[in-house]
Amino acid sequence: MHDVWPDQNGRYGQFGGRYVPETLMHALEELEAAYRSARADETFMRTYKKTLADYAGRPTPLTYAARLSEHVGGADIYLKREDLNHTGAHKINNAIGQALLAKRMGKTKIVAETGAGQHGVAAATVAAYLGLSCKVFMGEKDMDRQQLNVFRMEQLGAEVVRVSSGSKTLKDATNEALRYWVAHVDDTFYLIGSAVGPHPYPMIVRDFQRIIGDEVKEQFGRLPDALVACVGGGSNAIGLFYPFLEDDVLLYGAEAAGKGIETADHAATLAKGRKGVLHGSLTYLLQDNDGQIMEPYSISAGLDYPGIGPEHAFLAETGRAVYEPVTDEEALEAVRLLCRLEGILPALESAHAVALAIKKAKALGPGRSIVVNLSGRGDKDIETIRRYMKAGDGR
Amino acid sequence: MNRIDQVFLRKPGLHFIPFITAGDPDAETTVEMALMLQDLGASIIELGVPYSDPLADGPVIQRASIRALESGMSLEKAMHLVPVMREKGLDIPVIIFTYYNPLLQLTEDRFFRKAEACDIDGLLVPDLPFEESVSLRRRCREAGVKYISLVAPTTSMKRLAGIGREAEGFLYCVSSLGVTGERDHFHPDVHRFLAQVRSASHVPIAVGFGISSRRQIEALRGTVDGFIVGSAIVKEMEARIERLRERDARRAAVEEIRQALTARFFEGASQGERS
Repeated sequence: MHDVWPDQNGRYGQFGGRYVPETLMHALEELEAAYRSARADETFMRTYKKTLADYAGRPTPLTYAARLSEHVGGADIYLKREDLNHTGAHKINNAIGQALLAKRMGKTKIVAETGAGQHGVAAATVAAYLGLSCKVFMGEKDMDRQQLNVFRMEQLGAEVVRVSSGSKTLKDATNEALRYWVAHVDDTFYLIGSAVGPHPYPMIVRDFQRIIGDEVKEQFGRLPDALVACVGGGSNAIGLFYPFLEDDVLLYGAEAAGKGIETADHAATLAKGRKGVLHGSLTYLLQDNDGQIMEPYSISAGLDYPGIGPEHAFLAETGRAVYEPVTDEEALEAVRLLCRLEGILPALESAHAVALAIKKAKALGPGRSIVVNLSGRGDKDIETIRRYMKAGDGR
Repeated sequence: MNRIDQVFLRKPGLHFIPFITAGDPDAETTVEMALMLQDLGASIIELGVPYSDPLADGPVIQRASIRALESGMSLEKAMHLVPVMREKGLDIPVIIFTYYNPLLQLTEDRFFRKAEACDIDGLLVPDLPFEESVSLRRRCREAGVKYISLVAPTTSMKRLAGIGREAEGFLYCVSSLGVTGERDHFHPDVHRFLAQVRSASHVPIAVGFGISSRRQIEALRGTVDGFIVGSAIVKEMEARIERLRERDARRAAVEEIRQALTARFFEGASQGERS
């Protein structure tokens, strides 16, 4: 049944669609046609899979977290090690797929948006590898917060464009990338980083990320009882969930609750948002009564987005997946546990998933199994983590 | 008959359709600007509703949006400005220009109730393409509000045929790819594009995005029925923004804007166009 989503209008139930200026419609139609033809082309899909293997380092392992599981005393916890991909996160899966598609379409330039810089780095990396020019739009505030990633993108040959419009963060970088794309649509491909945006983007990103879930299915051998992933826009989560939608497996998404969903500082779109339209699709959004988009907050820059991918909105509404808020503090505790017990420094985004998995492992109890998507490594966050740990209770 | 249809029936030629952002920098200025623009010869006013994420707009209108949001403007309040304008003598049609999300949050029911109460003539939603606007277009027709559709040089012939067939009021032709803002040049195929639009639709056509001089407009005479000017007006306002905020300085600032726009768009215009 889930193969029917999105429908011919790019909808997941009522969510998704294509809410863009007329100037972008042609580009989206062209993209959809090119993507459908590429997906049906065995040579293209072989090149994609081969690049994932030879360049990104796939398949990534599935690690049994023995000491963490023992410490929690509930279900067995397994980690899908997307942190071991080239560039350190799942973002590369999608960047490779879309950049190969850009090449196939004869586009020589790619543009991308980035928040913390992870998707920007992945896009810049793949652009260098495939010989494409690359422009990355990044909010002024994020550029100041993530100077190392800016430097890294520049080393990879990308031009980082400072975005000073609006709130100067990811949402505005996305606006600016879309505006740039409208004006340069002839030779430019917009390489979007998450399962958001106008149709066909949420579908394309999902399809290029489903490799995560496909591998888990094969590696685990049988069905786990539950899957857990963090959700900002939701690309790593939809990649893990999608191959299991028809199976008898519980699906849990961890949203960023920041300082708590009862405060103003969070990014818990499903817990606290209302339906609305942003970046081309109908989904849940953090917004005020007049429909102005609000600035989200999370310790994790990758979850700091006021919307959520439309397919997640649909899965939440139908109850197929359950999304729960996880606070900064809970995520930091998960970082500490995973470091001490497994020798793995997770990205702050992924730590939200680990924190939720710990709760679910306790609830499910012994003899059951949970697979957590460890979407990225935490090296990029080390300075943030250090600052919080120092400011905290001295643990 | 809807006022927008009357505009084009009553007088052939090249109609001036200015855009201003409601609440930039405050409600009082918006009312004064609308009256001045009518006096300057505007045939229709596009009243922009500020939005936090104006995807189709360039930096000038983005900044206007931010100023307007800071002044507390919203879709509902922008609609309520229209009766105030009417009371002071505005009789040309007003089109509400809003991104979709503010409309969705207000709800269509409340929008149409207010549209009737506030005497709104048209609606333009820049991020709601033809395929997504089916139900809204139907409701507009029922309510007698003209739903203004956009077409671009990249719009396929197939879509142009559909949009042209269903068009109401006038068709808004986007002159060039990219966002709103002044430009020296239109899309290279603009004449061919406008001719295609003309043959695809029964309604008048107006061109917008990037209109910055009389010369550009003259080049379009005979090809289109109207031209939309937004950023060029907002920029003149921005240059006098502090005085526009002050009650005592506002009138003189608006007068200066009138003179600047006259010099830019109307000097050398044929007689009768500014009636």
